[in-house]
Amino acid sequence: MDTDLLRIQDLSVRFFTYQGVVRALEGVWLSVRRGEILGLVGETGCGKSVLARSILRLIADPPGKISGGRILFKGRDLLALPMKEMRRIRGNDISMIFQEPMTSLNPVFTVGNQMEEVVRLHQKVSRKAARRICVEMLTQVRMPDAEAVLRKYPHELSGGMRQRVMIALELSCRPDLLIADEPTTALDVTVQAQVLHILSDLTRARETSVLFITHDLGVVAHLCDRVAVMYAGKIVETAPVEALFQSPRHPYTRGLLAAVPSLDEDREFLASIPGVVPGLIDPPGGCRFHPRCDGAGEPCRRMEPAGVEVGEDHWVFCHGIR
Amino acid sequence: MRLLRYIAKRLLHLIPVLLGVTALVFVISHAIPGDPARMMAGQKASREAVENLRRSMGLDRPLHEQYLRYMWGLLHGDLGRSVRSQRPVAEDLKDFFPATLELTLASMSLCLVVGLPLGILSAVRRNRPVDHASRVFSVCGVSMPVFWLGLMLLLLFYRNLQWLPGSGRLDVGLDPPASVTGLYLVDALLEGNGPVFFNALSHIILPAFCLSYVYLAVITRIVRSSMIAVMEQDYVTTARANGLAEAVVILKHCLKNSLIPTVTIAGLSVGELLGGAILTETIFDWPGMGKYVVDSVNFLDFPAIMGFTLVVSLSYVFINLTVDVIYAFLNPQIRY
Repeated sequence: MDTDLLRIQDLSVRFFTYQGVVRALEGVWLSVRRGEILGLVGETGCGKSVLARSILRLIADPPGKISGGRILFKGRDLLALPMKEMRRIRGNDISMIFQEPMTSLNPVFTVGNQMEEVVRLHQKVSRKAARRICVEMLTQVRMPDAEAVLRKYPHELSGGMRQRVMIALELSCRPDLLIADEPTTALDVTVQAQVLHILSDLTRARETSVLFITHDLGVVAHLCDRVAVMYAGKIVETAPVEALFQSPRHPYTRGLLAAVPSLDEDREFLASIPGVVPGLIDPPGGCRFHPRCDGAGEPCRRMEPAGVEVGEDHWVFCHGIR
Repeated sequence: MRLLRYIAKRLLHLIPVLLGVTALVFVISHAIPGDPARMMAGQKASREAVENLRRSMGLDRPLHEQYLRYMWGLLHGDLGRSVRSQRPVAEDLKDFFPATLELTLASMSLCLVVGLPLGILSAVRRNRPVDHASRVFSVCGVSMPVFWLGLMLLLLFYRNLQWLPGSGRLDVGLDPPASVTGLYLVDALLEGNGPVFFNALSHIILPAFCLSYVYLAVITRIVRSSMIAVMEQDYVTTARANGLAEAVVILKHCLKNSLIPTVTIAGLSVGELLGGAILTETIFDWPGMGKYVVDSVNFLDFPAIMGFTLVVSLSYVFINLTVDVIYAFLNPQIRY
């Protein structure tokens, strides 16, 4: 059996804006395996969310356009599916949790109404059965008094509760893949830990694959099996989580890890990578990281680096790796 | 239960509102130059006759005393007697109000039946031909003066094409349906009287469109812009990401949210339609309150003017109350 549940091949996404064409994703290759939690890390604006939304074809068109590549889900190219088929996959085979729990539920419908709507859409069950499924799901995300929560409106719940509702909602149809786009960024740290536990417990138990998008390396180390590092619309390194933290090979990854402050050190200033993230309207040629890279040489300016396997399952896209 | 208490509280607000409105209108209408007693007695009447009339109408009293006397009558349900028609004002209003109400309701229905779908369509097909067409339609609506639009409608549909009648509520010779609500369309339906219904319908189309066009344009634009704002919300993406069909996303998840600003505008419009049908009623010879009050002002018919004002301001208060109650149904964050 194919171990890859989702395989993204050479994906490019552009946004046509008044300022020019934004090359948000350029030739992205990435796969998510069955049952794994894959972390996707990168700075704000590097294209993580665009990648996530592309998988479900949620890029608003206009201004966005998926301009090339394939997204194979269980061998089928999602980009070639008719919209009707795509809708059958959304929320059912692949579902998605967003960053903002405060705004990702509709304020004018009850939690129950919104959950049951999705359950009934995909599972073709009676209202009563749908209600039962919802109560069951809410209990699984450790929501006390699930029945009462179903009757509540989103504004009557806290941020952490709403995000748990979202998890319950998005897992209610037993998807094969859950895309979590910074699901805990907007939450308090304590609530964050709780939500992460629930998320990982549930998906591990159900063997749901997760594409976990974050810029928090601590969360990645704690939660993920594998990590993909993204920079300016490209994947620069993928590795099993231990390998990435122990022997990062791409200069950008090393910079990121060096920038994580630790409690044992006594630093006056926080470490950072010199330079700024390039604009994606006219990104640097060759390797997109070369203007900020200490080891950049002639080929880095001219050619895009190809992937090199430097360890088991550890790929780096850098000319400096031989 | 709390909603009922809220409604009761709002109805109590009526008292100061009505006091204020009556006082203002009373003072303003009495400040109009002219002499109602002279108007009534006629140009050739002797000075003595006019004075007698003035005394019998109570117009020789100081203004505050006249006001108190009027308010006392009002408390007993007496709106006074019209100088012009010599009938109780309440009777007059009972005759004229339904015509205006019918015109208002027809106009509002037109606003909603055309404005809502058009606004939604423009939002969904933003910056495409449909949207541009609806924008042109709306700009025409807000920039065309009612009196000009009315005349053009008459010229085209009544005189040239002869598709629709140009005045009144029914053809001469047709008997109005038995009055239950006073609205011909409703009464004809209740009576099962097809010919009268369709005749009344053909009469109301032109004035209703003429009256509603401005509000129709505004509502279309409001629906469009609030739909666009809502369509960018995260929960709409959530709905799509969960596989809901586009029609459900738009008509359920977006529409209910975008109705909140729309209801505000629609409510205000109903109030304005009720009180503002004067030009339209004059052009289409529609026997409603607008025409009634213009004639009354020309005749310095104070009780009639007061009666009209009271009806309009009462309507405003009730419409606003209705709007507030609708809010509570649309937005669960609003609780009274």
